[in-house]
Amino acid sequence: MSSVAVTKKKGVGAVIWDYLTTVDHKKLAVLYLFSGLLFFAIAGFEALLMRIQLMFPNSDFISAGTFNELLTMHGTTMLFLAATPLLFGFMNMVVPLQIGARDVAFPFLNSLGFWLFFLGATFLHLSFFMGGAPDAGWTSYASLSLYSPGHGIDFYVLGLQISGAGTLISGINFIVTIITMRAPGMTFMRMPLFTWTSLISSTLILFAFPPLTVGLFLMLVDRMFDANFFDHTMGGNTIIWEHLFWIFGHPEVYILVLPAFGLFSEIIPVFARKRLFGYSSMVFATILIGFLGFMVWAHHMFTTGLGATANAIFAVATMAIAVPTGMKVFNWILTIWGGSIKVTVPMIYALGFIPSFVAGGVTGVMQATAPLDYQLHDSYFIVAHFHYVIVGGIVTAIFASFHFYWPLFFNRAMSEKLGYWTFWIFFIGFHLTFFVQHFLGLMGMPRRVFTYMEGQGWDLFNFISSIGAIMMAIGVVLMVLNMLLSIKSEPLNCRDYWGDGRSLEWALKTPIPFYNFKQTPLVRGFDPYWIEKQEGNPEGMTYAEPLGDVHMPNNSILPLIMSIGLFVAAFGALYHPDGESWSVPVMVIGLGITVLAMIVRSVKDDLGYHLHAEEIIEIENELYGKGGNK
Amino acid sequence: MLNTKFTPQTWPEHPEQATHEGKNKYVGIWIFICSDIVLFASLFATYISLRNKGPAGMQFTSQELFELPLAFVMTMFLLTSSLTSVYAMYHLKNYNFKGVQLWTGVTVLLGLGFLALEIYEFYHYVHIGFGYTQSAFSSAFFTLVGTHGLHVIIGLVWMICLIVRNASRGLNLYNAPKYFVASIYWHFIDVVWVFIFTVVYLMGVLG
Repeated sequence: MSSVAVTKKKGVGAVIWDYLTTVDHKKLAVLYLFSGLLFFAIAGFEALLMRIQLMFPNSDFISAGTFNELLTMHGTTMLFLAATPLLFGFMNMVVPLQIGARDVAFPFLNSLGFWLFFLGATFLHLSFFMGGAPDAGWTSYASLSLYSPGHGIDFYVLGLQISGAGTLISGINFIVTIITMRAPGMTFMRMPLFTWTSLISSTLILFAFPPLTVGLFLMLVDRMFDANFFDHTMGGNTIIWEHLFWIFGHPEVYILVLPAFGLFSEIIPVFARKRLFGYSSMVFATILIGFLGFMVWAHHMFTTGLGATANAIFAVATMAIAVPTGMKVFNWILTIWGGSIKVTVPMIYALGFIPSFVAGGVTGVMQATAPLDYQLHDSYFIVAHFHYVIVGGIVTAIFASFHFYWPLFFNRAMSEKLGYWTFWIFFIGFHLTFFVQHFLGLMGMPRRVFTYMEGQGWDLFNFISSIGAIMMAIGVVLMVLNMLLSIKSEPLNCRDYWGDGRSLEWALKTPIPFYNFKQTPLVRGFDPYWIEKQEGNPEGMTYAEPLGDVHMPNNSILPLIMSIGLFVAAFGALYHPDGESWSVPVMVIGLGITVLAMIVRSVKDDLGYHLHAEEIIEIENELYGKGGNK
Repeated sequence: MLNTKFTPQTWPEHPEQATHEGKNKYVGIWIFICSDIVLFASLFATYISLRNKGPAGMQFTSQELFELPLAFVMTMFLLTSSLTSVYAMYHLKNYNFKGVQLWTGVTVLLGLGFLALEIYEFYHYVHIGFGYTQSAFSSAFFTLVGTHGLHVIIGLVWMICLIVRNASRGLNLYNAPKYFVASIYWHFIDVVWVFIFTVVYLMGVLG
């Protein structure tokens, strides 16, 4: 591979081929980011339609059946196909840079994880055009979904199975990357907090996704191959689904929120211009949350009838999670305390996040009280609670990080002015939407209803809630506009855009070359880039090795082919219950493509290639002018 | 990396972890096994809760169905294959490529023996009317044991690919981790079978 290929203008076809075959963590991060945004927009649009339907009592804007499809797809898409890939995008981009690595441990698997996710997500969304979307809620309880007519649930099961496999693969990849790929001196207790939360979150993926895989598989064979896991007339038990789903489902919440915590733990010290307060207690709290996250799944099933003893145990365990979470909140506040605060768009998101998330946490502890939960169960109070956690915690973290990390991704900055507008419109809209839903729930409005009668005192709050939803939508549109406008702006070509970066990702000049660090950095303490800046190091870092040849992985189309194989096989399985004669051959062909691609991958040597020191110098001169990345 | 020739003296102590890629693979397979343990744990939990559950008048129960002698022979096949896999790794450390190929080959043969018995067992059950869709018990049994069987098939295809691919090229630091990782995976399958033997067959017949 010649070095000029990096900067030479390429044709559209070559660029597309490059992205289809790439194994570069930065390009995959961009792919994750855009596909995550796409599904975020789709799911947000679904939410908007639901809120318009609920704006007035007895509305007939959309039908009850469509409403069920919308609420199912909104929840499923937001959690699996929007929040997860967006956070994976940041993890892919930032974690290898923060630990001073050239790439992730398994670049090939990184690409495979993305394509599995993307094709699984596409498969799920094809349901809209092929006979109806899933309509049994994102939890898809077996007693409901087993008898749902049409193919909606089949799309849910197969789509999530494929995309879930991708998520699991990426999770394994991140764990190995963080264990084996750290630069010299980057001990575990010097790792930035986002790397820590990515590690713990990946560990949760590792243990939480297999139960989902099993649950989905049981549902698959029950619906498509006449197995009897959930059918009580054949000796099955529908509660098995609830357990398997929530053993996955509760950790899933922490899988998403821990990286969000990590992102804010990166943002707050930069703009408070102060070292993160209580670093080791933050690490401890992260691990504790991850551990306790697996002990609490049955608090989603208080009303299932597990008995008072089980409910009491799970109630106490659930309340215990508030302790490490509280530690984190205090640490953020104490990081800001006494700092030389610079208010920017990422920082204002962080400042808005703390009270919003605490509100969501407090209602969580309320629901942990099992007797009270009997009252709150399946009401709008629950809807308000988890949106406070998810929007107030995860979405604000993602929006803040768009602004914060945009320079690393695209060598451009998003507009601060437009960013403030977005923040205020979105933030006020968010509280308008969900704050009143607490009261709707306490007044007895059940969740997942497609309409309500007038005169129950729900009209005003529902109206306010819908206005808020429209404001949130405007906020998102502004943010996307901001992103598009940034493309037109001048390239930054700078290092440390925010001026107060602390960890290694800021030590690189943008645009970041595909091999990241030309020499592996030497980490001399916590916040390594800050240390080097304090000591007046002109290069921004100390190196652990002389400039030499760099080993890079080869691009490959095989991940895409493997994913397409499963995509094809899923269609065969989907139409199997209809008795189509072609369903089994299609399944065999699809799985055959995947297996064949795996064998090719296994048998063919893939040693990567070496980038010579002279080529690196040439690339750096072209990117940054004479003198390279200094 | 492919062409570096070694002697038993220059061959590293831990060839599977001598390169960075090898070390990644070594850590990666252990992490993967962690998640596979949870997969099997979920299937075991499902099986235990659905054991002997079926529609009214179900004819098959675990006491009548399972035959310990067959399960014992299958266990012996798989346990012995783990031992031969250890022999292969012993030769891997000593840079004896012929030994690696030979003992990996014996492992494959024992695995095939196990697989043949399992296919016979499944065929027999279906033949006497204990099919996949017959009851919740049958679905849970075939899913748990069948998932293990699928793991065995994957392991066999993997090892056959390794033997065929590397037959003419000898040991190097590129393929040593591949043999090692396949061996760890094979041991894991073996451990899962020990649990299946205990929970499904022993507890099924005796408990």
